[in-house]
Amino acid sequence: MSYNLKEELQKEDRLSGGHRMCAGCGSPIAVRTVLRALNPEDHAVVCSATSCLEVSTFMYPYTAWQDSFIHNAFENAGATMSGVETAYKAMKKRGKIDETWKFIAFGGDGGTYDIGFQSLSGAMERGHDMVYVCYDNEAYMNTGIQRSSSTPHFADTTTTPAGSVIPGKPQQKKNLTKIMVAHGIPYAAQTTFIGNFSDISTKAHKAIYTSGPAFLNVMAPCPRGWRYPSEKLMEITKAAVETCVWPLYEVVEGKYILSYKPKQKLPVEEYLKMQGRFAHMFKKGNEWMIEQVQKEVDKNWEELLKLCGE
Amino acid sequence: MKWKASEMTPDVKWKDITPGCNIFEGGTSCTVETGDWRTMKPVLDADKCRQCLLCAPVCPDMSIPVKNGKRGDFNYFFCKGCGICANACPFGAITMVKDEK
Amino acid sequence: MGIRERLSGNEAVALAMKQINPDVMGAFPITPSTEIPQYFSAYVDNGQVDTEFIPVESEHSAMSTCIGAEAAGCRAISATSSCGLCYMTEMLYVAASDRLPITLAVSCRALSGPININNDHSDAMGVRDAGWLMLFAETNQEAYDNYLQAMRIGEAVGLPIMVCQDGFITSHAIENIELVEDEKVKAFVGEYKPQHYLLNKDEPMAVGAYATPVYYMEAKRQQAQAMMDAKDVIKKVGAEFGQMTGRTYGMIEKYEMDDAEEAIVIIGSSAGTAKEAVNELRAQGKKVGLVKVRAFRPFPAEEICEALKNVKSFAVMDKDDSFNGHCGPMYAEVTASLYAAGVSAPRGISYIYGLGGRDVRVESIQRVFGELGEIAKTGVTGETYRYLDVRE
Repeated sequence: MSYNLKEELQKEDRLSGGHRMCAGCGSPIAVRTVLRALNPEDHAVVCSATSCLEVSTFMYPYTAWQDSFIHNAFENAGATMSGVETAYKAMKKRGKIDETWKFIAFGGDGGTYDIGFQSLSGAMERGHDMVYVCYDNEAYMNTGIQRSSSTPHFADTTTTPAGSVIPGKPQQKKNLTKIMVAHGIPYAAQTTFIGNFSDISTKAHKAIYTSGPAFLNVMAPCPRGWRYPSEKLMEITKAAVETCVWPLYEVVEGKYILSYKPKQKLPVEEYLKMQGRFAHMFKKGNEWMIEQVQKEVDKNWEELLKLCGE
Repeated sequence: MKWKASEMTPDVKWKDITPGCNIFEGGTSCTVETGDWRTMKPVLDADKCRQCLLCAPVCPDMSIPVKNGKRGDFNYFFCKGCGICANACPFGAITMVKDEK
Repeated sequence: MGIRERLSGNEAVALAMKQINPDVMGAFPITPSTEIPQYFSAYVDNGQVDTEFIPVESEHSAMSTCIGAEAAGCRAISATSSCGLCYMTEMLYVAASDRLPITLAVSCRALSGPININNDHSDAMGVRDAGWLMLFAETNQEAYDNYLQAMRIGEAVGLPIMVCQDGFITSHAIENIELVEDEKVKAFVGEYKPQHYLLNKDEPMAVGAYATPVYYMEAKRQQAQAMMDAKDVIKKVGAEFGQMTGRTYGMIEKYEMDDAEEAIVIIGSSAGTAKEAVNELRAQGKKVGLVKVRAFRPFPAEEICEALKNVKSFAVMDKDDSFNGHCGPMYAEVTASLYAAGVSAPRGISYIYGLGGRDVRVESIQRVFGELGEIAKTGVTGETYRYLDVRE
């Protein structure tokens, strides 16, 4: 499929305005882009784990979803969607419906990397024909910016405050995309918002129209939690990609494919310095933290290049 | 019972509320004005705009309508004034100004 | 006439499921209900049903898949026990609140800890306030019959329903049973035609709202009404089932209660043991009787008051404990019902019995009746919170 932004934007939005996400939030951008990747004639059921997204998009009686939507709980978007998708199979088999439906579940990193991990793993392993989209904003934002297993090393959160003894989150970010790949699913990809949205749109379309389970990990910055001015969103995602903190790649039937290789990989400072959650790393005497993160990013990037045969 | 979302007003009685607080329509949030959250407001300079549309997909609030390959003016009913579009515009066609309400 | 068979309770329930041929089953094994999904997956894999079976990775996901499937427009079922029921508790509340008539077979078992696989009612009673309809069976036959009636009841009021039987005691013991013919089952249970469902291309539906204080309480009040309305449905469906099979069901079963002076209120298989105790005592000329609670949710308050209003003393037998320091959960509900109805003459005690598979014998129940006789005679109730057959 060749991507054309103009054509892409001809499609009606399947997320409606009037939702109550914060100004500048990355998550609704991820959602509307993924939903736009649906063929307009196809029906969809959308599921959301309990999250900022869920409480903001379906505050009774206002649903922002144009499609059928189900929220169940925090930790079970994978299983809930498994049930819906299976119902579709059952009803189709019994001749109760004949149109095409697609199934897209959204969860934040809390609902995906952590509390919903088992449910997601089960859904992927069982092979339901669905897409699970993680909008990854690297902490539990809905409850007030607590660390998750997706929070990056040294980040200042409300449960890993940059203190005088422990300087932010002691652990590195969990590599969930790789774990999803290890499930042997036909499609997994990591993406974010770049330029004309070709990367995320193309991947979302592939994920939706790949038969079987697919996983999309979308970096979706949170201006409040990451502490940057909301208008900087596209600069943040660009820096994440150019520093290789958040590499863009996809894994099709187990084959790693690098989506983008920076001509000149930027030092991690370029990404870290834009965000208040890393501000303590730039204090005198804390240079070692930046060096440490650079080492970690380099190692992950080298590994990824190898996997992609670059 | 028709169970219209618009009838589920804050004085709806228990017998009349939709079962399970389920809603049987799509996109009912379109009546919710989030524009009043705004402190800054994007203003489009139509002369500078080259219709590249890079501003449209970055909007978290569906406030940049696109029709026939061209963007229209902002939907200020939804726009929360985050400013992402102004920053994404390569031609400086969007300026953020103080929203005088 | 029905078909005569010899089946375990689990087998009987699995067979009822097969006859109904629901759309989706999501289940995870746990003793002693494991056999139900086992039998059922054999039906699936051998093409005897065309249900979609989801072998989930946990009970939490079992109920989550059921919620998804039922909301999508399907009949969804599951089966579980004990800790599995605990693990799905959060989702039980959601299922009821979303008004999804899911059917859950429960083979009741004690809760950890200490870990114990045998029967009591701690699991089911632990979720008694989750908003589910709850039926309990004394025998394998009742487990089967209740299952056939469950969907009619749940779907009529838009609430999920639990069909409980006693783990091992009925779930694994083989009894003679009379089955209903397949066609009759199909006609009785009928097709599921939800008014609203996710997979309706003509009407998008949104399930699982965030409700602010402005709406939450109205939603709960409406849910409470559905539970109240279920009473008439249970009786109606039970009567209709009786016309078809000769086995009529209501909210409670009264046994030798007409002139009873001492009575026990009991749930599940132990009612069988207690009936034997009643028979023996009646043979000795004692005016004893029994009330078996079949529908615990909605609670048969009126029926119990009517049954107990003329007795001198009664014991409510709880196969579980509330650990509230004064009584079992059913005792609390029975006495609350009596108080609300202004029935204050009978003297009642709470008996905790049969925990973790502790054998319940005819003699034990007779001992309870003996104590009730004393209370009736002396008018002195004494300690109201008692444990049966515990080593002192």
